[in-house]
Amino acid sequence: MSRGALKTGKSMRLGRQPGEVLDRSRQFVFTWNGRKYPAFGGDTIISALSAAGESVFSRSFKYHRPRGLLTASFLDPGCNVQVGDEPNVRGAHRKVEPHMAASAQNAWPSLRFDVKSANRYLERFLPPGFYYKTFMEPQRLWPLYERVLQRFAGGGKASPDAPHGYYDKRYAHPDVVVAGGGPAGMGAAVAAAEAGARVMLVEEEHELGGHLRWGDEEDLAALRRLGEEVARNSTIEVMTDSVVTGRYDGNWVAVSQRSLPRVEERLIKARTKTLVVAPGLIERPYVFQGNDAPGVMLSTAARRLINLYAVKPGERAVVLTANAEGDAAVADLERAGVEVARVEDARNGGDIGRVRGGQGAREVECGDGARIECDLVVTATGWTAPTSLLNMAGDKPFYNPAAARFFPSRLPEDVLATGGIAGDGSLDELLEHARATGKEAARRARGIGAALRAGIPQSTDGEEAPQDSPVTIPDLPVNGHLELFRGRTHGIVDYSEDVSSKDLVAAVKEGYDSAELAKRYTTATMGPTQGKLETVNAMAVIAEATGRSMEETGATTWRPPYAPITLGALAGRNFEPVRYSPMQPWHERQGARPLVAGAWIRPDHYGDPEAEVRNVRKNVGVIDVTPLGKLDLRGPDVSELLNFLYVNKWSNLEVGKVRYGVMCAEDGVILDDGVTGRLGPEHYLMTTTSSGAAGVLEWIEDWLQTYQPDWRVHVTPVTGAYASINIAGPKSRELLARVAEGVDLSTEAFPYMNVRTGTVAGVEGCFMWRIGFTGELSYEIHVPAAYGLYVWEALMERGADLGVRPFGVEAQRVLRLEKGHFIVGQDTDALTQGFGAGISWAIKLDKEDFVGKPELVWQGERDGYFRLIGLQPHDGSVAPPEASQIVEGKTIVGRITSSRFSSTLERSICLGFVAPHLAEPGTTVTVQLPNGERITARVMEHLAHYDPEGAKARG
Amino acid sequence: MILLPCPHCGPRNASEFRYAGEASTRPDPNATTPEEWRAYLYIKNNPAGWTTEKWFHRTGCRRYFTAERHTVTNEVRETRLPAARLESNS
Ligand SMILES: [Zn+2]
Repeated sequence: MSRGALKTGKSMRLGRQPGEVLDRSRQFVFTWNGRKYPAFGGDTIISALSAAGESVFSRSFKYHRPRGLLTASFLDPGCNVQVGDEPNVRGAHRKVEPHMAASAQNAWPSLRFDVKSANRYLERFLPPGFYYKTFMEPQRLWPLYERVLQRFAGGGKASPDAPHGYYDKRYAHPDVVVAGGGPAGMGAAVAAAEAGARVMLVEEEHELGGHLRWGDEEDLAALRRLGEEVARNSTIEVMTDSVVTGRYDGNWVAVSQRSLPRVEERLIKARTKTLVVAPGLIERPYVFQGNDAPGVMLSTAARRLINLYAVKPGERAVVLTANAEGDAAVADLERAGVEVARVEDARNGGDIGRVRGGQGAREVECGDGARIECDLVVTATGWTAPTSLLNMAGDKPFYNPAAARFFPSRLPEDVLATGGIAGDGSLDELLEHARATGKEAARRARGIGAALRAGIPQSTDGEEAPQDSPVTIPDLPVNGHLELFRGRTHGIVDYSEDVSSKDLVAAVKEGYDSAELAKRYTTATMGPTQGKLETVNAMAVIAEATGRSMEETGATTWRPPYAPITLGALAGRNFEPVRYSPMQPWHERQGARPLVAGAWIRPDHYGDPEAEVRNVRKNVGVIDVTPLGKLDLRGPDVSELLNFLYVNKWSNLEVGKVRYGVMCAEDGVILDDGVTGRLGPEHYLMTTTSSGAAGVLEWIEDWLQTYQPDWRVHVTPVTGAYASINIAGPKSRELLARVAEGVDLSTEAFPYMNVRTGTVAGVEGCFMWRIGFTGELSYEIHVPAAYGLYVWEALMERGADLGVRPFGVEAQRVLRLEKGHFIVGQDTDALTQGFGAGISWAIKLDKEDFVGKPELVWQGERDGYFRLIGLQPHDGSVAPPEASQIVEGKTIVGRITSSRFSSTLERSICLGFVAPHLAEPGTTVTVQLPNGERITARVMEHLAHYDPEGAKARG
Repeated sequence: MILLPCPHCGPRNASEFRYAGEASTRPDPNATTPEEWRAYLYIKNNPAGWTTEKWFHRTGCRRYFTAERHTVTNEVRETRLPAARLESNS
C-alpha cells in the first residue's frame, strides 16, 4: 500500500448502534502517521483508527512498549497523540476533523519498529530511580546526559513557532456548580435549578449522560428523560468538553472549557456558593503480566467502543469480570459479534495469570493455567472514586475495604457529593440522592449568598438569611466488591510513567516505604493520568510489600489541576496594558527607538544619542518625561508629611520653591527620590521616579492612614494628568521665553530651584520648575495632558532656529552621569542606606522623626559602609560594562553601577560602589572586566564629572 | 482564592488586595535599640493559627485595614479600619 492511499485494512466498524454518537452522513478522511484513514463525524481520533483495524497508538514512556487503547476516554494513557503542532492531544477524546494530521508520539523511527523498545529487554537494568542513580556524576557529563534524557523523554513535540491562539478568561458567580454531568450530576442540576439556583453543569465528555450513554435501551430512555429536564431549565448552563480542574479557598472553582468556536480554551474562574461533586467512578485496571499489551482493555472501554463508536473491539475475547459492568460487557461483546472464548468470573475464583503478545495480545493464561488464544482481554475488577475535588475541599476520604474504594467522610458546608462517589444503588436510588443533594445545594447557596451580602457595609439589601430547614438526603446503598488490585504476576501499575508493581516493590525494599516516598521515587501517579487509574493499585502494591493495610498505607495527595489545562488558558488573552505619553505620535513620526520602562513605552533615542547629548550641552534639547511620577498634595499638614517622608527638611520651604528630596524606608535603604515644589501655602506637587510612582503612592497612603491619621492631607496621583517636558541646554531660557506668558524668566525673578505657574504656548495652568538633572540650565514643564502634544510641537517649531532637538532616555542617562546624579535602583540597591549614596548633606538627623531615622543614625555611627563614588578609568577609551566588579586580588571590594563614554569629556566615566578604604579621592582601584581582563580607575573628588560646582544649572 | 471582607467594601477577591504584613507597632524612633527596631522590621511570628495582619485594598477603596485571619483555615473573624482620631470632630 502506498503512502497517501486510503487505508483499507480490515474494518472493525459495526452497524448502527442505538446510542452511537456518529454522524454517518458526514464521512471524511484524516491522516495518521501520514496515511489516510476514513472517519465519521463524532469519531474520536482513536475510535476512527480502531474502526480501521489499528490497535497500537503509542510507545510507552520508559520501555517504549507498544500501547493500545485502555479506557477509550480522555484518560486513556496510551492514546496521547500529536495533532499538527499540538502535542499530547488526548486521542480517545479529541474528535477527529477532516484533513486532521495526527501522528504517534514517543515512537522512533516508527510505531511498528521502535529502536528504543530495546529498553524492554533492558528492563532489569532500568530499575526505579535509574535516572537518578545513573545520570548524576560526573558533573561534566551532564550536557551529554541531558541530550540522552531528552531523546528518551516522552511526550509530543511543541513547536516554537506555534502562534498564540485565542485563549479566553471568564469570571462567573453561579449559585451551584455541578462537577460531572452523568445521571447524578444532571439530577442534582435540575433539582438545584428548580429550587431557584443558577447552575453550571460541567461535563468532561462531549455529551451529558455518563455511563447511561453506553448502556442499554432502558439507560438510553432514562438519559433522554434527564436530558429533557436539563433542557427545560434555562438557569442551567451546560458546559460539555469542560472540566472542573480545581477547588480552592472560598469555593473558588476553576473550569477549563473547550470546544468553543474560535477559542482554543477558556478558563472560567467561578466563585460558586456551593459545589456538587458528581464525577462518577473510574474503572480500575488490573495488574498482571502483559496488562499493557494492546488488546487488553477495561470493560467500560469495550462498551464505549461498541455502543458509542460502533467499533468491534476485537475478534476473540477473554473477559475477567467481578461486577455487573463486566457482565454487561460480555453481553455487549457477544451482541457485537465478538467470540467470547472464556469468561473468568472473579466472584467464583476466576483470574488471569498473564497475557502474551508483543504487538498485541495473542494468548491468555487463565487462572487455572488454561491457555486461550485471543486478541482481546477485557477486565472489570472494580472502581476508583476520583475524590480529587473532595480532597481539595479539605475532606479526608476513607477507604471501605468491603466496597474496595474510597468514600467522602466530612465535607465543608459549601461542598456536597452525589452519584457513584457517594454510593451505589439503582438508577432511581441514585437520582433520588442526586435530586435531594441538588435541592440542598440550592438551599445552602441561598444562605451563603445572604451571608455574603450581609457582609457588605451600608448594604441596603435587607434580605435575611432563609430559615428553611435542611433537605433530607437519603443514604445510598453500598455494593460489596472484591478487593482486586494485582493478580499472581507483576504488571504495569502506572501506564503513563511505565511503573510496574515490581518497581514499587523494589522501591519499598530500598526504604521508600510510604506511599508519598514511593510515588516520588518511582514517579508512579505523576504522569498524564495523575493517579486516576493507578493510585489505588499503587497503594495496594505498597501495602502488600510493607505488610500494612490499605488504610495504613493511605493514598497520595490529590492536587489541582484535576485534569490538564494548557498554559495558554492559564495565561489568558495575550494582552498587556502599556502607557504612552500624549507626545507618542510625534515620537513615532521621528522614528524614535522605543524603550520599555515599566508600564511605559518611551523614546530611548531618535537615532544618534551622542548627537542628542552634544545638542543639550551646546544648544537646547527637549525630552518627554511624562512617566515621571507626580502626586498632588494638599492640606495644612503637607509640610509635616514631607518632613516625615523625606530624610531632609521641608518645614522651611517657601511658596514658589522646589527642593530635591530622598526617601528611605524604615530599614534606612533608599526608596525613591525626586523634586517636590510648593505651589501654594497648602498645595505641593511631588515628583517621584517613573518606576516608583505607584509604590510611593501606596507607601504614603499607608503612613497617612495607619500611622498619622490626624494629618490633614489629600494625596492625588496626577502622573497621567500632566504631560511633562524637560527643556535643557544653554538656550532653554530663550526657548521657553518664546512660548511662556505671565512669567518673568530672568534669573533674578525665577532663580534655580524655583517653580512658577503660568501659560505655555497659550495653555493655562502649566507648572514650570527650574531644575537641572542634566546639569545645564533647564526647565521642566508640566502641561495638562490633553495639550502635551500641542505644547511639544510648539516648542519644536518656535525653537527651530535655536537648534532645538529632542533627546531620549539614553542621552539623559549620559547627561546625568556626567553630572553624577544617581538613579535609585541602578546606582543604589536593596542594601544601600542613605549615607552610602553620598547624600549626607541632605540627611537631617536632628529632625524629631522621619522614616528610617534610627537606621540612619546607626549607619552614621558605624561608618564602615560602602560608598557611591565617581570613577574614571585611566584608559579613557574603555567604558567597563555596568556591574563589572572592583577587586583587590581575589576579593570583591565594589562594583561599577553606571558607565558610559562621555562625548562631552571625550572619555569614559563611571559611578560605582567601593569599600570605605577605597573611597578617598585619588585612590586607584582595579576593575575586572567580564572577559577577565583588569583595568585601573581613579576615584574622583565628586560624583559629578562635569561642572561639579553646578554653575551652569544656576546660571 | 480567599474572599477578604474589606471593612469598607465588603467581601472581595484576595487578588484585589496587597498583603501588607503582620500588624506591628512602630517603636519610638528616638528611644529604640537596634534589637527592638530590627524585630519590628524583620521578626514575624508567622503562627499556624490566628494572626493580626495589615491589608491594603489596592484595586478597591485603597484603604489599609487590620484583619484577624486564621492562617490554617483562612477564616477571617474580624476586619477594622485604623482608628481615625479626627472623626469625632467632623
Ligand atoms: Zn475596600
